Amino acid sequence: MRITIEQVCFAYDGATSVLKGVNLAVERGGSVALAGPNGSGKSTLLRIVSGVLRPSSGRVRLDGSSMDEYSARRLARHLAMVEQERPMGFDFTVREVVAMGRIPHRGRFARETVKDRRAIQRAMELADIEALADRSIRAISGGERQRVYLGMAFAQEPDVLLLDEPTTHLDLHHQVRFMSIVRERTGEGMSVLIAIHDLTLAAQATDRIALMLEGHIAASGEPSGVLTPKNVRSVFGVEAVVGEHPDLGTIYVLPSLTSRDA
Amino acid sequence: MGIRGRRASGWILCGLVGLVLISIFLGIVVGPVTIPLRHVYGAILGSEDSDVSEVHRVIIRQVRLPRVLLGLLVGSALAVSGAAMQGLFRNPLASPYVLGIASGASTGAAVAILFASGSLLFLPLGAFVGATAAVLIVYGLARGRDRRTSIFTLILAGVAVGALFSAVTSFLIYLSSGGEKLSDVLFWIMGGLGRSTWTSLAILTPIAAVGIGGVFFFARDLNALSLGEEGAFHVGVNPTTLYRWLLGLTTLLTAAAVAMAGTIGFIGLVIPHIMRLLIGPDHRRLIPVSALAGGCFLVWSDMAARTVFAPAELPVGVITALLGAPFFLYLLKRKGANL
Repeated sequence: MRITIEQVCFAYDGATSVLKGVNLAVERGGSVALAGPNGSGKSTLLRIVSGVLRPSSGRVRLDGSSMDEYSARRLARHLAMVEQERPMGFDFTVREVVAMGRIPHRGRFARETVKDRRAIQRAMELADIEALADRSIRAISGGERQRVYLGMAFAQEPDVLLLDEPTTHLDLHHQVRFMSIVRERTGEGMSVLIAIHDLTLAAQATDRIALMLEGHIAASGEPSGVLTPKNVRSVFGVEAVVGEHPDLGTIYVLPSLTSRDA
Repeated sequence: MGIRGRRASGWILCGLVGLVLISIFLGIVVGPVTIPLRHVYGAILGSEDSDVSEVHRVIIRQVRLPRVLLGLLVGSALAVSGAAMQGLFRNPLASPYVLGIASGASTGAAVAILFASGSLLFLPLGAFVGATAAVLIVYGLARGRDRRTSIFTLILAGVAVGALFSAVTSFLIYLSSGGEKLSDVLFWIMGGLGRSTWTSLAILTPIAAVGIGGVFFFARDLNALSLGEEGAFHVGVNPTTLYRWLLGLTTLLTAAAVAMAGTIGFIGLVIPHIMRLLIGPDHRRLIPVSALAGGCFLVWSDMAARTVFAPAELPVGVITALLGAPFFLYLLKRKGANL
């Protein structure tokens, strides 16, 4: 699905505006990384695209039709989102939580079909959580829980995947594994919008990067065009060495710790 | 967490159905007048068996059978509304009592008794109006401007609103200054099944059926809500709609239960909790199992209430609290923060 964000503005309590006219598009099968300082509006933008929040003005379109035309259930069949934090009040097992990703596809009282079971199984393999299947969601580590919610989003088999800092609690192995999976999925036509702090990882995994600053997009485009020392300085206030890896051909950003003295 | 117990949930369900049947028979047999078990069949099935004395027949048909059935329904209604509340607020401490619904219902019932002669029509109506008022205040306060529900505000508001309504009830009792109506009100406050009739059963049955069936209808959505309001939305469950429906259904169930049997505590809190420990948190199993267990628990508590000091009767609320509260404290101690 193609996501089009048109002139989106948002203010949480009508006073401080968090988004000030954001324009951004994610093509079908495309992936865009949202990067920017804390409080620059990345999470809010994701929550608007997910349908949880309504923009104060402007609109979001999915394949051309406005978000308002979608019911929660219909939206959930196309779009999955993993938030930064998620409360879990009860001792559901990991498998039960992943199976909740099938809710939008199943009838209220329907039993798990073969298709459901296959989707759940595949999602658990992708998220590498098969070994945790019978553990309580509340008895596992933060990183493991993050993988469970990613697994749940995969089980939803969405056309659009929204991720709010999905790799924060993950170890290096799972960060790499996870971003590789995201890249594979976009190859299969899934559109991904992902808020992420690791610019180097983002440059490797997504085809476009949008830098956000104070509620608008400061720069967007291909990693090589966006991740320049000048942009990193103006958006993050950090001096960085930016280069292209000779073998991998991807951009890396190496922040320098001396920026305070500069 | 007992994963093995979850696989056995089918057996637990069957066992509970069996327990319900046993409870019905025992509930009829046990009491100040002990009735031989073989007479029970005859009296229920209506055969004019000469063995069954007329007194026993009347006791069975007019006293014990409606009382046992009402006990089952009231216990189910309370346990199911407790399970729904706990799922809705993702908090095992939620119950119709903590949120002030039951206090509101008993104030409404007290008003109906004192000012509308407490007929079987006005009583449930009054209870429902009182319960609805309590819910609207509590929910209105806890529903923030960002359309998210603050659970802490909700529970605090529930405690405060509950205290307010209890005070109003006490004030009404103080005003009524003795008389028959006072004992009526006191009966409702202490809770009991001693006034069960076929009429109260006829009123409660459809309400309980709609309420319990309705909550079960939303079982899957309650599961989704354990992901938080936004998490639920992302799997296609609109949390606002869910809150409205379930608050309505639990208010209905609680008000009906309070109108028929007064305020009987701890069933709504403890039964869903114990069942969750046995079969896990999936509401598609938790709700039917809680309904059956809540019904049995009240029938057994009622048997204790009318035999311990027979022929005098203890208010059944005393028994449920005496059994429920220590057990809850034990769970609290054993499970600690992992409640």
